[in-house]
Formats: sequence, C-alpha cells, structure tokens
Amino acid sequence: MDWGSIFTNTAASMLSPATMAFALAALGLAVHFGFVGLLNFGIAGFMAVGAYGYAISTLTFGFPWWGAMIAGILASVVFAVLLGIPTLRLRGDYLAIVTIGAAEIVRLLFTSQAWQPVTGSADGLSGFQGSFRSVNPFPEGDYGFGPWQYTENQLWVLVFGAIVLALCVLLLWRLVNSPWGRVIKGIREDEDAVRALGKNVFAYKMQALIVGGVFGGLGGIIYVLPSSTNPGVFITSLTFFVWTALLLGGAATVFGPLLGALIFWVLQAFLGSFLPALVNIGLLGDFTSAQAGSLRYVLVGLGLMLIVIFRPQGILGNKKELTFVK
Amino acid sequence: MNTTTTISPTLGKRTVMTLIVMVLAFFSVFAAQPALADTVGDNFDDTIVGNIKNEGEPLQGVVIKVEGNGYSAEVASDAEGKWAIGVPEKGTYKVTLVEDTLPEGIAVLEGGAQQEVTFGRTGTVVQNFFIGEGERNTISILDQFLMRLFDGLNFGLLLGLASIGLSLVFGTTALPNFAHGEMVTFGAIMALMLVGFGVPFWIAIPGAVVLGGASGWAMDAGLWKPLRSRNIGLVQLMIVSIGLSLSVRYIYQFFIGGDTAQLPYSSGTGEIPLFRTVSLGVVDLISMGISLIVIIIFAWWLTRTKIGKATRAVSDNPALASASGIDVDKVIRVVWITASALAALAGVMWAYFRPGIRWDMGTQILLFIFAAGVLGGLGTAFGALVGAMIVGVLIETSALFIPSDLKYVGALVVMIVILLFRPQGILGRKERIG
Repeated sequence: MDWGSIFTNTAASMLSPATMAFALAALGLAVHFGFVGLLNFGIAGFMAVGAYGYAISTLTFGFPWWGAMIAGILASVVFAVLLGIPTLRLRGDYLAIVTIGAAEIVRLLFTSQAWQPVTGSADGLSGFQGSFRSVNPFPEGDYGFGPWQYTENQLWVLVFGAIVLALCVLLLWRLVNSPWGRVIKGIREDEDAVRALGKNVFAYKMQALIVGGVFGGLGGIIYVLPSSTNPGVFITSLTFFVWTALLLGGAATVFGPLLGALIFWVLQAFLGSFLPALVNIGLLGDFTSAQAGSLRYVLVGLGLMLIVIFRPQGILGNKKELTFVK
Repeated sequence: MNTTTTISPTLGKRTVMTLIVMVLAFFSVFAAQPALADTVGDNFDDTIVGNIKNEGEPLQGVVIKVEGNGYSAEVASDAEGKWAIGVPEKGTYKVTLVEDTLPEGIAVLEGGAQQEVTFGRTGTVVQNFFIGEGERNTISILDQFLMRLFDGLNFGLLLGLASIGLSLVFGTTALPNFAHGEMVTFGAIMALMLVGFGVPFWIAIPGAVVLGGASGWAMDAGLWKPLRSRNIGLVQLMIVSIGLSLSVRYIYQFFIGGDTAQLPYSSGTGEIPLFRTVSLGVVDLISMGISLIVIIIFAWWLTRTKIGKATRAVSDNPALASASGIDVDKVIRVVWITASALAALAGVMWAYFRPGIRWDMGTQILLFIFAAGVLGGLGTAFGALVGAMIVGVLIETSALFIPSDLKYVGALVVMIVILLFRPQGILGRKERIG
C-alpha cells in the first residue's frame, strides 16, 4: 500500500478551498441553527446564490472581482430575506422542509435552459477568475513544501479564502458575545420569553438568517473560485455534508464549524485514498474502487447519525449550551 | 456563439458522420463521441444525437426535446441539421420533434414526432425522424392537456402511496422522515433483485412490497424504537433520518452502481387508443388500478379496523390514546410497517413511471412527497392523498405552459406558498403548526 500518497492526499486536503468553503458555510449554519435554532436545510441554496452572484456579475455584467463579491453577498442577503419572510414564523420542522425546497428551487432555476446564456444551464459557468487573478500579489511560480504544493493562482485563492474565513470567524465571535448574540441565544432557548421582554423576535431571526446566509454565500464563492461553478454541485447532499461538518465540530460554537469542516475533508480525503488502496491489495474482498467510493459516503451518513445520537453538542460544544430542545 | 445559429452555444465543428434519414435508427458510436454542432448538456457522458434532413436538405432551427429519468432538455438543430443532447444517465428517454418548428408543409411522416430511445452499452444513441412533405399529425392543446392530466393522475397516485406513509409517520411520531425516499427506492430495488433471482414477475412485485414492510419493522425495531426510549429530541431524530438517508442511499449505490436498470415490461407494452390522439399506456393503467385498489383497502383499514382507529387516535393525541389503553408503541410499529410497504409499492410504480431503477430515484421525489404531505396537511392520511394528486397533476400539466425543465419548480413553489397562507394544509388543523 502506498502510504506516501495516502498521507499526501490527506495532508493536502487540510488546506484546500473546499475545506475553507465548508468552514464558511458551516459557520453560517452555526449562526442559523447553533445560535438561533433555525433549522436551515437550504445552505446549499445560499452557497449557489453566492457563487452564481459572483460568476454572473463577472461574466454578464463585467464587474471587477470586488464588485462581484459584493454582488454575491447581496444575492445571499436577498435570498435570506425572500426565504425568511414566509418561513420564519413556522415551526422548526416545517422550516426544514421549506428551506430544502427553496434550495432545490434555486438549483433547478440555475439548471434550467430558460436562461442558458446567463446561467450556463447544466454546463455551469467558468472563466470568471480573470479580475480576481489580476490582483494576485504572488508572482508567477510554484509555492509550498511537502504535500502542500500550489501554483500562484491556487495560493492566492487559499490566502484570500483564509482572510475571508478569519474575518467571518472574528465577526461571529464578536457578534455572539455582544448583546445581540445574547438575544439570539435567548430566542433559541425560549422564543416566548424573549418576546415577553419586548424584543422583536422576527427581526432578530431575520438578521441572523441574513448574517448566516452571507457566510454561506461567501462559502459558495470560495468553493467555485478555483475553477468553475455547476448547478450539480449545489444538491441537497451538499447541505447535509455541511450539516455533518457543523454537528461534528459543535453547532453552538465559533470554532466548531472550522474544526468540523477540517475533520470532514481530512476524513474524506483519507478514506478516498485509503479505501481504494485497500481494494488494490485485496483486503476488501472483490470490491471495485467505485464501491469503495460509495462506502465513503455510507460512513458519512453513519457518522452523522452517531454524532447526533451520542454527542449532539459536537466535539467543542457544551452540552448545556445546545440541548436540541425544539 | 457560432454564427450559424443564434439559439445555443456551439462546440467546434468537426467532420461528423453522415447520416441518412431513417426510422428509429439505433446504432452506436464506439469511438469518442464526435463534437456535434449544436449541443446541450455536453458535460454528460451519454448523448442522444440526430440529424434532421428533408430529402437530403438539412433543416435548421428544428427544436428537439428530450425528457425522462427526471431530466429534460431541448435543443435546436444547426445549419447542417444536426443536434445532440447530453443526458445524465443511460436509460429510456422520450425524444420529441416539435413539429411547429418544421418549415411549412413539412411533417413527421411515419413513427410519430415522439419516439422512445433506450441506451445500449455505449454512451451514444442516434434518433432520427422520418420527415417529408405531408400533413402534420397535430395534437390539439386539449388532447395534450388530457394526456398530461392522465400522466399527472398516474404520478399523483404513486406519490400519494408514498406520502400517505410519510404523513402517518409524522402524525404518530412527529418525525418528518427524510429517509422516506430511500424506502421508495427499496421497493424498486427489491423487485429488481427478486426478478434477477428468477422469481416470476407477478410474485416479485408483491414480494417487494412484503420486503418493504419487513424493512419498516426492522427500522422501527432496530433504530426508531430504541431512540424513542432514549428520549432523543425531535430535531435530533430528524437529523438521524437524514444520516440514515445518506447511508442507505450510498449502500444502494454500492450494490447496484450508478447505472439505470429496468424492470420487465417497462417499455414497449403498447398503448390503448382512447379517442382522437389520446391514448393510454397499458402499464400506466395497471399501475393506476393497483394504486386505487390499495388506497381503498388502506382507507377501509384506517377507518374501519380497530388498529386503524387506534392509529388515528395516536395521531390525534398520543398521551390520551396511551391513557385509553392503546399500546402506542405497537401502533407506531404498525405505522412504520404500513408506511414502508406503501413506499415500496410506490417505488415499483416510480420505476415504471420514470422509467428505470437508480440508486437515488427515491431522493428525486422526496421533496414532492413532502410537498404533497404539506399541501394536504402533514399528519392527515387523506390530506396527503389529495395533496399528492394536486402536486402530480400540477407538475405534469404545468409543462404545457412553462419550460419543461421548470415543471418541478412549480410544485415546490406551491408548497412554500401554501405554508405562507395555510400552513396546516388543506385538510390539516391549525394546532398542528405550533
């Protein structure tokens, strides 16, 4: 068995745009679910809206990279408001169903051929990185050491992603330790009590939905920034994978989503190399490598079930902080 | 954009094989698929291609639609009359030539403007139409509507079988079961497996339903009952059902792979002409008949038998039902078995309706099962049925007015709108929404 390449793949996944994108999206879910108790199962929709907001404003309207970032963020805000108005008054499980449905509507709209020249339909969009790469501070060349090897463009995406992630973590950390954060945690524990204190629960929920949605949208942008965007990526399974990462790290924590995303992708990369390697040396009977690939996701699902049953607060969480009461 | 067409972006043109116009010519290209001039979905490996010519003259701008396996696309032929549509999976697709886009006086002469194509072992299948001067077999809007309505009722009935189960489980345990789609897939895969073992077709399908019921028993005994005993919160249970859905779905992929398989009689069983141009598929009629019979038996069970009445009592108020001496755990066990068996039957019918069996076929309709349940009122069995009929008919008939790849959006929008104005659904009661 080639332990060298298994180790290289696993280590490389620690520092990848996908890991950072998951961390951002999970951070958004932490705001929604961990701190306000909103069961948002449409985070893939927020990511799609952010990614397409960036790609379409660049390709169709010729925005520079920073303008496209703002467009992606605004698109996430609009999606959050549109989603929030009808649904925030609903009970948790209904909200879950509606958010899944809304994310699917977004994906179907981007897949449809009705707006093919703008959205690229099922083929997706690519070639929107020009402006972003033109401000790359790294000169052309190869960077890195050991398993972490990057071209100047890959390095730029990583550094940029890390900066965005750090800013979002800082913002969330400040927010949840502010009076605003105490109110939203109060809403999670007992909505009626907070309402009795004279707070506008709906407005707080909407603000939290927008903040988390913007994190999700930024996650979508970082997710597609290295190459291209395709509606097939933003399926319901993506939402569930982000949830797995969130619950793994700890839903009601600031650093849990980061840790969860890291562990999720490291395990994915490890199993992605390790299981086929086991097949190759015949340790898994007569499995094919495709079957080894399916096995990886079977384990994700099992992992999700086990976390929720045996450690619902996640690795970093405090059991008192999140009781899944509602 | 290629200058020869303004409808779709084009790939680079290479010399493409010359094709003569023929009726239902299926043959496969073994080498890499040639770059065809007018193409959609070229990121998919499998492609349906064709060439539209009238007496050797290529026809440009003729619109071709492909529909099937939960996917639809359309493309217009280029200056050489060629078109290609990439599809996400091998399977059976309906290919339609939109006759309105043919030049004046030209029509599809034989075989009809709508054809079914099935992929063989290779990734390309050719579909050409026999066209020439002649009268068009136009299908009036009314006839199209009637056929869509029929399809919609068929889809609605199978959706109803699945959403009744979802609604019963929600009513008795308050769990929105996100693994319900996998219970649907289970029935189809079990039927396929039994047929593969050489079990006669007419035993295999009831067998699949029985195995579905057994899986419901196993799920409740092995997972849900222990979790109820541990007093696990509702949101946690919901996320457990999501984890279960992921795991089970990829277990299916593990065993049957990523391809589409077909049950016997899934194509070419003929149609019964009704009136004018309306005709009904034999398999569809049988499927609808079975659904109706099962639903009537189910309604009798729920309203007339002791256990059915107990189920409704638990659905209404579990604490009160328990205090009146109803064994709530037993009722919930029966509900899981019933829901799984109904879902398995829906899975077999979904396999004929799509058509084809795939590892993620249940997930494809999960949201419509939910939409049906929400529309009718989650927790009400008959509401789910009404909701399912509405969703099924809406999805199929809306394709007459909006682009066919957006027809599934309509059902989801209706689900959200109904939650906005009447969150308890058509037959639900207000206190359920909390």
